[in-house]
Amino acid sequence: MPDSLLDVQGLETTFKTPDGVVHAVNGVSFNLKEGETLGVVGESGCGKSVTMHSTLRLIPSPPGRIAAGQAFFNGRDLLTMSNDEIRGVRGAQISMIFQDPMTSLNPVLSIGRQLEEPLLLHLGMTRKQAEDRSTELLEMVGIPNARERLKDYPHQYSGGMRQRVMIAMALSCSPQILIADEPTTALDVTIQAQIVELVKRLRDELGMAIIWITHDLGIVAGLARRVMVMYGGYIIEESPVNDLYANPSHPYTIGLLGSLPRVDGLHQDKLFSIEGLPPVLYHKPNACPFAPRCRWAMERCWKENPALEPVPSSPEHRVACWVDTKTGRPRS
Amino acid sequence: MTANNEVLLHVDNLVMHFPIYRGVFQRQVGAVRAVDGVSFDVKRGETLGLVGESGCGKSTTGRAILQLYKPTAGKVEYEGTNLVTLKREPMRQMRRKMQMIFQDPYASLNPRMTVGQLVGEPLMVHSVTTGEEIDKRVEQLLELVKLNPAFATRYPHEFSGGQRQRIGVARALALNPNFIICDEPISALDVSIQAQVVNLLEELQQQFGLTYLFIAHDLSMVRHISDRVAVMYLGVIMELAEREELYNNPLHPYTQALLSAVPIPDPVADAQRKRVILEGDVPSPANPPSGCRFRTRCPIAVPLCAESQPEFRELRPGHFVACHLAK
Repeated sequence: MPDSLLDVQGLETTFKTPDGVVHAVNGVSFNLKEGETLGVVGESGCGKSVTMHSTLRLIPSPPGRIAAGQAFFNGRDLLTMSNDEIRGVRGAQISMIFQDPMTSLNPVLSIGRQLEEPLLLHLGMTRKQAEDRSTELLEMVGIPNARERLKDYPHQYSGGMRQRVMIAMALSCSPQILIADEPTTALDVTIQAQIVELVKRLRDELGMAIIWITHDLGIVAGLARRVMVMYGGYIIEESPVNDLYANPSHPYTIGLLGSLPRVDGLHQDKLFSIEGLPPVLYHKPNACPFAPRCRWAMERCWKENPALEPVPSSPEHRVACWVDTKTGRPRS
Repeated sequence: MTANNEVLLHVDNLVMHFPIYRGVFQRQVGAVRAVDGVSFDVKRGETLGLVGESGCGKSTTGRAILQLYKPTAGKVEYEGTNLVTLKREPMRQMRRKMQMIFQDPYASLNPRMTVGQLVGEPLMVHSVTTGEEIDKRVEQLLELVKLNPAFATRYPHEFSGGQRQRIGVARALALNPNFIICDEPISALDVSIQAQVVNLLEELQQQFGLTYLFIAHDLSMVRHISDRVAVMYLGVIMELAEREELYNNPLHPYTQALLSAVPIPDPVADAQRKRVILEGDVPSPANPPSGCRFRTRCPIAVPLCAESQPEFRELRPGHFVACHLAK
């Protein structure tokens, strides 16, 4: 796999809870190429965050357990590395930003202290070098009076600025991959637009690959090159971005796009709604996890779980469904 | 969603300030000017969307209308009666006609009450019906919101977010109100569940001729559900117009920026859009900018904007804008 930077194969993650074992991720395989932006879309509990956290071994264990799978990064399996080795990868070569910038920052340490930490740790800089680099980083993410503001504490920053700090921190060691876990969900739309614009600019300048996890099909449309849609711990559709929105093929993707009103849009009288509820994963599904909510479901869907297969029109567009949703007939 | 022209609710210069106390003697040192002079009408049978970013005062406006907060100044007239000066008991009677659906379906339902008790509570409080009648009405209400009436004996934790929001809707409908304030009713829900709840709200509106004030920050959903839309920023309404007019011809620079910031789930259309990216953050409502409150982030501000607060004027029929420069 020379051209893929990250190659995840057959990842399975479970969580032990008082009510039973939850099968959060049930065999997920994907790869990420150098400089590529991959969008991962799904609703709460679909396994999108757990997949990425598992890849970086950020799952608290117990109760979590990575039951199977491999995750090759530059040819080495992240899942079998020693703790010291993975620590050298996290934050340095693969870094992550999270949804809530307030809880990800330490409230009693100054922004400067927190920004300098990875520089001292991973890059072995001196304090002085680290301070200069931190100032540069804050300027890079568009915070005015950067040197002064290094002395401030997180509560003195607004939500949008905190997220900028998180991005600066994540990029401080020039990682090859940035994993962004719903980084704009807690922000207002005008601030969200600022952050998305910032990430696009930095991506073009620095050339890192990005995995952007979100529940918002809107954001991904303007940002990603390729999109994976997840449901019930599986990838159910994967496609280059334009083809996914033009030809959604999985009933869930079709439903999700139909349930979104559009701000530019033609007024729909009624939103398309997906009836029912997302699955509770106390058992690893042995049939299609979406079958109970699917209007195309046929007998086979209740018995066997479909694998991700290319759609006829485009080899890069893959879908896990027994039904050809264009015709409503079984896939041949 | 057929609105006639009868004004059901008239809000006139509504002001809601929350005092800030400091020091040993807890002297008032200032006020958070959450809502600072807001005027609009809601017509019978329509849905008025109230949008804005967090902290703009949209929820406070909703709560001040229902007198859940005592407004600092201004008038709220419901069918001609001014609610602000109404005494306790007559106000309690009025509440039957106006109800609220809250944002967080996890926090707004008492976890120690069964669904039947929750939905029946308004009936008891207002002593509308008693005993078996209540059970019957609860059953009816649960069917209306498409929940199984057998669920009446269960507790809220047994339900998903979308189902809990339906319980909230059933509770609001219990007293046959005319007017419902929906305060971000779907923002805590997953996308596929949002559509279910919005469709339900629309069906109920048609069935009972309800009037909604729909408070939200999701401009796409507001476009879908509203007949008219008001845009708030830092305690003031910046623009108000019919839905199509507002989304197709936004006149206020804030509305323009806000609309351009909303992502469209379509990569082709999204790439063709012109983006207005606003600089900076929303200022504090405890110390809002002089003149026009948007001027600190406005891409076209002139010195006049710092000197005087623009009047909320009707530039086109039914299209109101608070901007010195809008034409």
